[in-house]
Amino acid sequence: MRRPPAPGLYSPGESRLHRCGAGPKLLGLAVALTGLVLASSVAAVVVAAAAAVLGYAVAGVGWRVALAQVWPLRWFAVVLVVLQWWLAGPVAALVTVGSLVGAVALAGLVTVTTRVSEMLAVLGGMAAPLARVGVDPDRVGLVMALGIRAVPVVAGIAAEVREAHQARGLPPDPRTYAVPLVVRTLREADSVGEALAARGLDD
Amino acid sequence: MTPTIDVCGVTHRLGGRVVLDDVTVRLDEARIGVIGANGSGKSTFARLLNGLVVPDAGTVRVGGHDTATHGAAVRRTVGFVFTNPDAQVVMPTVAEDVALSLRRHRLGRDEVAARVQDALAMVGLQGFDDRPSHLLSGGEKQLLALAGALVAQPDVLVCDEPTTLLDLANTRRVMGILHGLAQMVVVVTHDLDTLDLVDRVLVFAQGRVVADAAPAEAVARYRALVG
Repeated sequence: MRRPPAPGLYSPGESRLHRCGAGPKLLGLAVALTGLVLASSVAAVVVAAAAAVLGYAVAGVGWRVALAQVWPLRWFAVVLVVLQWWLAGPVAALVTVGSLVGAVALAGLVTVTTRVSEMLAVLGGMAAPLARVGVDPDRVGLVMALGIRAVPVVAGIAAEVREAHQARGLPPDPRTYAVPLVVRTLREADSVGEALAARGLDD
Repeated sequence: MTPTIDVCGVTHRLGGRVVLDDVTVRLDEARIGVIGANGSGKSTFARLLNGLVVPDAGTVRVGGHDTATHGAAVRRTVGFVFTNPDAQVVMPTVAEDVALSLRRHRLGRDEVAARVQDALAMVGLQGFDDRPSHLLSGGEKQLLALAGALVAQPDVLVCDEPTTLLDLANTRRVMGILHGLAQMVVVVTHDLDTLDLVDRVLVFAQGRVVADAAPAEAVARYRALVG
């Protein structure tokens, strides 16, 4: 089976959700997640699931993209279901795991229909009052963009280190895995910092 | 107007090792190549021109601006393209990444969009706006890095081995674009075949400029040096 595409990536489109501003979508997400947590019921989970299914259908991004948003949770969700079922019963397991998957699916719906630059503009605007205490709102946005970028980059470095170990026939060892991973990640961070400075983003 | 770059008596050390040793050159040609063995100081020299490296001794002036005291002004004048575009490409989609270079320019949304489109067209990436930047091929990523530098409309473009990670077709594509630019271009390279169209070549060895001549003569000196 082919793996789903990477989660959290913008998926271009012309749907109503794509055209909707980042601000209303983030606000809607905040309201939905707050409601989901406060209600903490089977009904809330059903509503969240229905909203997510409807949302992805309206966005028209395809089922593979939709699945990709929750796919990384699969093993965690399985463990959580078993634990919750054992500790608190089937209803609690459904509510806990359903709330988690529903929240991630709704958050994913926002990220696949919103450009990162639009989200950063909103977050930069929200951080604008911090300028009074010496915080650069642009820099806050840039840090968030770099954080988002770091996820696939570090995952890629980890995969390369793992492949290099396999190619040399080395047994799994956290020390020989962690050291090159950390060193390469720090070097990557240095390179990115230098590139940002070269583009005048540090001035 | 293309600025003159004056590198005067520059010495620079990295970890106690002298990587540039009393280098003095004036650059005002449209196309300049920089060659030399690994560790000869050519990449450090390239970084001097954008103010990424400030010399321990001596001065670097770009259009009269000292890189040590006017770094921001220098970086607005001098764009930089690195060997590995992965470090330079930051934003998740192509158009967003190019637009990132204009973040400090305080331009309106329409002007940013227009300049992004112009930059993408210059490197042949028109229509790539919404493509995930990390899924581009190596050649396309380098073109994106080039667009990210060009969108700021620098007067000088410094490229540090921009084709080292590229195949022959993409090397030709990138060099073709560089040679077609109106800007002054300084290219650090190991690929001697790409130097045919430059006006002047500097050859570095052990932190010094050991030859400064037209391409044919400079390449011959470099080959003799390598043995």
